[in-house]
Amino acid sequence: MSNSIKFVGVGGQGTILAAKIMCAVLINAGYDVKMSEIHGMSQRNGSVSSEVRYGEKVYSPVIEKGSADILISFEQMEAARNMDYLKKGGILIVNNHKINSMITLNGKTPYPKNIIESIRGKAKTYIIDAQKYANELGNVKVVNLIMLGALSKILDSRHLDWEKAIKESVKPRFLDINLKAFSIGISQV
Amino acid sequence: MKKILSGNEAVARGVYEASVHYASAYPGTPSTEILQNISTHDEIIAEWASNEKVALETVIGASIAGGRSFASMKHVGVNVAADPLFTFAYTGVTGGCVLVTADEPGMHSSQNEQDNRNYAKFAKIPMMEPSNSQESKDMIVDAYELSEEYNSVVLFRMTTRVCHSKGIVEFGNRKEVKLIPYEKKFDKYVAVPAIGRKLRHKVEERINRLKVYSETSKWNYEVDNNSTTGVISSGISYEYAKEAFGETVSYLKLGFTYPLPSKLISDFCDKYDKIFIIEENDPYIEDFVKILGKECIGKDLFPYTGEMTPDVIKKYALSQNLDGIELDEDLFVGRPPTFCSGCPHRGFFYELGKKRKQIIVAGDIGCYSLAVGEPYNMMDWLICMGASLSSGHGAQKILDLDPNNKKRIVSILGDSTFFHTGINSLINTVYNGGNTINVILDNRTTGMTGQQDNPGSGFKLQGDYSTILDIEAMVKAIGIKHVRRINPNDLELVKETINWALELDEASVIITDWPCVLKKKYREEDFGLYNDMWKTKDIVIEDKCTGCKICLKSGCPSLIFDPENKKVIIDSNTCVGCDVCLQICPFDAIVKEGLDE
Ligand SMILES: Cc1ncc(C[n+]2csc(CCOP(=O)(O)OP(=O)(O)O)c2C)c(N)n1
Repeated sequence: MSNSIKFVGVGGQGTILAAKIMCAVLINAGYDVKMSEIHGMSQRNGSVSSEVRYGEKVYSPVIEKGSADILISFEQMEAARNMDYLKKGGILIVNNHKINSMITLNGKTPYPKNIIESIRGKAKTYIIDAQKYANELGNVKVVNLIMLGALSKILDSRHLDWEKAIKESVKPRFLDINLKAFSIGISQV
Repeated sequence: MKKILSGNEAVARGVYEASVHYASAYPGTPSTEILQNISTHDEIIAEWASNEKVALETVIGASIAGGRSFASMKHVGVNVAADPLFTFAYTGVTGGCVLVTADEPGMHSSQNEQDNRNYAKFAKIPMMEPSNSQESKDMIVDAYELSEEYNSVVLFRMTTRVCHSKGIVEFGNRKEVKLIPYEKKFDKYVAVPAIGRKLRHKVEERINRLKVYSETSKWNYEVDNNSTTGVISSGISYEYAKEAFGETVSYLKLGFTYPLPSKLISDFCDKYDKIFIIEENDPYIEDFVKILGKECIGKDLFPYTGEMTPDVIKKYALSQNLDGIELDEDLFVGRPPTFCSGCPHRGFFYELGKKRKQIIVAGDIGCYSLAVGEPYNMMDWLICMGASLSSGHGAQKILDLDPNNKKRIVSILGDSTFFHTGINSLINTVYNGGNTINVILDNRTTGMTGQQDNPGSGFKLQGDYSTILDIEAMVKAIGIKHVRRINPNDLELVKETINWALELDEASVIITDWPCVLKKKYREEDFGLYNDMWKTKDIVIEDKCTGCKICLKSGCPSLIFDPENKKVIIDSNTCVGCDVCLQICPFDAIVKEGLDE
């Protein structure tokens, strides 16, 4: 049996780094791990996703529709867009934050209303105020570590060595704030 | 040692272990990171080439001179490199040589879905196809042994998911390989017809020897699960098949895929009641199986395009549909990629798009391809790298057959694309008396594929300064008489320049000169060229904003229209002060921060 976690968001939000840290933790814990991402346009404000699969032995690196155990979204509309990847009974973790797209920016098509209300009933949902706490920490870039903290708690994986993986993945001068962000994430669940 | 590596990183590791001496590539998704990772090893000379043909030719020279050499490119890049490839296939190698083709089933970031396995057969060269990161590394090391033993360049076929997925890789040791001292080998390398005819027979002998090798290659093997159904597969499709079927079927896993092993495949087919061929893109294995006279199920059942992910296999072979959670579609709208805040392409396209009905835009491939979308809708066609200038020339010739023609072609490409194949096209336009307007959007980097250095950026791949190609001087040397070099963020100047070009009835070149916001490396002198680059921010004076939304036509993601109070705000986290919106605002409501008193 393998497990599938799909990270989604908008280019620049640090989804890939979060997925990488997740992979490092799982590898240290002895799992076979595969991770997949589509590069290319990610720096151009487009939708992005990274997929992590782990278990005793993993073959396919991709997560298909209807097969993610957990969907972790760094943005509201991206959560809605990717809900069909979540399997029935899966878990959704979503950052309570909206980012306009080129289409909603010009005000012609509004950013969809009531996303959270609509998806809440469809899956077990955790809403994380990552943006708010990242702002309080003084660096919006740590949204990803807050989300990851929440994920670590939901996965019941506190016994794994997250700190080591975080240390190996972020620049030393940002380590403190990232560790803080991670523990805020844990406390949000 | 074990590490989690992408297929691209694993190839780079393999290249290092195989002691490759020289590597060259031209960027292209999904292959780009291979050379970038190779370049971190000081033991290897790693260079960005100006295009794929050049990359392969430099690598051919390195092999002839006795070094192990390596080239990588995206699938369409092999088309560009096909000319040297087909003759290098005849001459064979001195130092081992591997060419990676990175194909794109599903076209995640490409213009077509061509299956480059056909090139192996076409050029008569051996081919390998890894399924995951570990194989990507191990097979590369082996590919060099095969290349030298069978005297041929090896085609190494990867696909997006092999290139970009990560898996755990067990490292091997680096094996030191010495350079082979150079010797002139006239009968091997001088491909005049008399020698070509002799080499042609050698190619045939080589294929015959490789056919024997293929039957016992360690990369081609059976996994017997005591089933009635057999699956033949290669590359990432094999991993997908294992995910979908598990141990309910037996497998013939093919890693050495040209020439294919006839006997191994025949024997496998004979053992099972039903044979599935699981492969992406063309029926490459399937056709071969059918030529062997065996029955199999392939493209009759499975889609001929897209990826063969486990859900696709389950749907078609097992009639299983995976249902995800369904949601109202109006809960999300598209999020297409856009020009970044401060992108120097923005100003040019904004001006070009303004009420210019007589213009036809011949596009090209680069970040500026994003101008096909909202809010610019600015491209009439887009074919392949470099084609803007030449297809524009041909189109203008036809349009001008109509004596009343008022339509003008504007051909647009970027600096890297100009160096790639645009230069040839521009020479042709001048030579044939063309009169197109040719725009080179010089952002001093190869933006689309992740800001790689190029002949105009000032840097080589492994860090050192390089000569900066002077586009203006070059264009003049080609024979273009009308050349202007402008700052694309100065909208008045852009407008005036476009009008100037439209008035001319000879070919002209407009060079827009401003760096990509994401350009990674600068030289001291660059800062003198670009005043206050990225140092300022623009802001909206709320009282003056009428909510007319005209600034939004610039398509800048930093401009946010607030539907509640009907005003625009500028996101200060992302604005870099390019001033394009400031110049567009008809009410002077946008100003430079600090100058708003
Ligand atoms: C033959 C070929 N090689 C490589 C690519 C991949 N590719 C797409 S756009 C691009 C570079 C564009 O750079 P440039 O022309 O400088 O424009 P920019 O993106 O910087 O605006 C490359 C290498 C391709 N599409 N075709």
